[in-house]
Amino acid sequence: MNPNQRVRSPLLQSARARWTVRIIGIAAAVATAFTVWLGLWVTPPDQVQGDLVRLVYIHPGVAWVALYLAFGLAAVASLLYLWPRTRSLFWDRLAAAAVEVGVVFNVCTLISGSIWGKPAWGVWWAWDARLTSTAVLLVLFLGYMALRRVPAEPEVRARRSAFLALFAAVDIPIVHFSVLWWKTLHQGATVLNPDLSPTIHGSMAWTLLLSFVALTLVFVWMLLVRYRIGVLEDWLGTGELDAALRERQAEGAAPDPAGDGSEAPAGAPVPEGVR
Amino acid sequence: MAPATPSSSAISLHDAVALSGRFPLLTGVDLEVADGESVLVEGPNGAGKTSLLRVCAGLVPLASGRVAVLGLDPVRRRAQLRRRVGLLSHASHLYDDLTVRENMRFAVRAAGAGTDRIDPACERLGLTGRLLKTPASKLSAGQRRRVALAVLVARWPELWMLDEPHAGLDSSARAVLDELIGEATTGGATVLIASHESALVEPLVTRAVTVTGGRVTAERCTGVSRAPLERPAATASGPTPTEPPGGPGGASGADPRVEGEVAHVA
Amino acid sequence: MWRDTLLVAGKDLRIEARSRVALSQVAPFGIVALVLFAFALGPDRALMATGAPGLFWVAVLFCTVQAVQRSVSVESADGARDGLRLSGLDPAGLFLGKTVAVAAQLVVLEALLAVGVVLLYGARIDVPWLIVVSCVLGTVGLAATGTLYGALSAGLRVRETLLPFLLLPIVAPVLLAGTRIWQAAMAGGTPADGTQWLRLLVIFDAVYVALGVVVYGPIQETA
Repeated sequence: MNPNQRVRSPLLQSARARWTVRIIGIAAAVATAFTVWLGLWVTPPDQVQGDLVRLVYIHPGVAWVALYLAFGLAAVASLLYLWPRTRSLFWDRLAAAAVEVGVVFNVCTLISGSIWGKPAWGVWWAWDARLTSTAVLLVLFLGYMALRRVPAEPEVRARRSAFLALFAAVDIPIVHFSVLWWKTLHQGATVLNPDLSPTIHGSMAWTLLLSFVALTLVFVWMLLVRYRIGVLEDWLGTGELDAALRERQAEGAAPDPAGDGSEAPAGAPVPEGVR
Repeated sequence: MAPATPSSSAISLHDAVALSGRFPLLTGVDLEVADGESVLVEGPNGAGKTSLLRVCAGLVPLASGRVAVLGLDPVRRRAQLRRRVGLLSHASHLYDDLTVRENMRFAVRAAGAGTDRIDPACERLGLTGRLLKTPASKLSAGQRRRVALAVLVARWPELWMLDEPHAGLDSSARAVLDELIGEATTGGATVLIASHESALVEPLVTRAVTVTGGRVTAERCTGVSRAPLERPAATASGPTPTEPPGGPGGASGADPRVEGEVAHVA
Repeated sequence: MWRDTLLVAGKDLRIEARSRVALSQVAPFGIVALVLFAFALGPDRALMATGAPGLFWVAVLFCTVQAVQRSVSVESADGARDGLRLSGLDPAGLFLGKTVAVAAQLVVLEALLAVGVVLLYGARIDVPWLIVVSCVLGTVGLAATGTLYGALSAGLRVRETLLPFLLLPIVAPVLLAGTRIWQAAMAGGTPADGTQWLRLLVIFDAVYVALGVVVYGPIQETA
């Protein structure tokens, strides 16, 4: 397999692809602007929580994207990469992009939740099931990113990351349930009411729906852009690879150098721990 | 997967490209080693000799091209090949905290061989008495080499791959090594030796290939088909220095083979 | 596979017996951690007794990281990892063997730490069998995930800083469950609560041991 072929990606070259990404970006911007307008001015404040409730147009949306969309996508893509029949660097790059964007949304979830929590509960942070699980998820995401930063050949890095994503994906349900039990089974009283959802109806419900759509579009757009960057990075590396191959082959064309064994052996053993 | 090779081929490489990260270790190797042949792989430092052996041992997967060892893919079929292939590499794979004897027991049993041959192998390599109870961390480089060699001897695989085997050994150990190579060859094993001490190894092998820049660039036969010591001269199974069908010499665009002893760069 | 498991476990344990790293370095580290916790929580004995379960398990987690690091670094000297791959040992057996070895070391460490917790924090244990079972189950989970993550980060120069960061979040359920079970088993707790958490531990263990057996081979190729 020609090393060059490894980097071919469908989402890069065609003008159609570029336009699709652009349109999605525009749609995301429009939807977001519309949501902001509706959320801040058109919809009424809540009876109990007042204007604070407007955070409902951000918080559940980013949470849905971060927890289910981004992470779910990353997990599925990692599995697809590991499965021999569907193995392709496309899935790996998609997973990596999903995780990075997911981290951003995850942080937004925690921040928006925190901002909501302070006036509503009186504290910046609460160890309720949702928040805690989200925090653990964030740390797992960050671990994934840290592992990807270790220099390695794309396939090696892809496998390693995919395994990590697999382990994390398996762990998340377990963590979720344990944290849930932790809060609900514990004898001690929970002072805070973790249920922040106000009763939603009418224009609020529609705006909420729109916010989900808008944030999903934003996610998709960021995902595609990040994916493209990942492909370009790898392309850069492959160009170097071709040059290196040619150089090395040229070594062989030179006549046998007189005198060997005087220098220390170099290069031939695969360097341990390089990856 | 394993290509359809003639069944007498112990090692078959076709346009093999192997990478380590971005660095190309092998840039298109074509090589055929028949069953029972003994081959010297020579070349300057950094040419890819070690990488070639590692690819055959299944430690390094190919980026492109094909490889078959004893008819099987060395990476995918490692479990099946493990008893039949032995690699003596630069490192000795010893655990510092364990004694020589314990290391050998582990290595031999891990490779699926019986432990009854450990003692004779140790004797052969001069690993006796207190040495056996010494932790590996206290051994000299040459002694570690001996232990690794002893493991190989205890296992006695079908395919021997030795990477710079003479390095670090003193003269008595070298003599034993030469004997062992001879015995292996006459016994029908295939032997592949990577070394840049060609003068030492040439008398032991039937063919020499030169590797430079990650490719096979030259070949010659060294005109010896027997071990250097007097052995009841069992003609080794087929180590005639003829090219197997579909010869690699043409494919690599190499120099025509030179008969007999070659005035080799010292 | 089982033969290889015993072979590898025996080898790792023999190395530990010779070098005594777990005993002479990791165990004192655990004790030091317990002492530091005591300093951090102040002289209030009641507080320490209440916090004892959690502190015990946190100390165990720290020791796990050390034990796993050691288990991995044993293979990085002299190309031993290559040797293992060359030998064609069944990867599942390799995984199980290393897991068993780490688990054995952890169990000993936990016994030591448990004694420490009882002595230093004044914790009182009402239901010993719950404690023992939780430790055994927790250890299996910790050892399995540790070995898996050790393999994932083996050979990387950044392994020492990366491994704890990767491993600790994953074993959070063990920490949660272990703490709850211990609390249930202490004076003043309800043992019935504990059994619920035992089930969680069993699931965690089953999942990660199974995963390790299946996936350890391919992971080795990434090192």
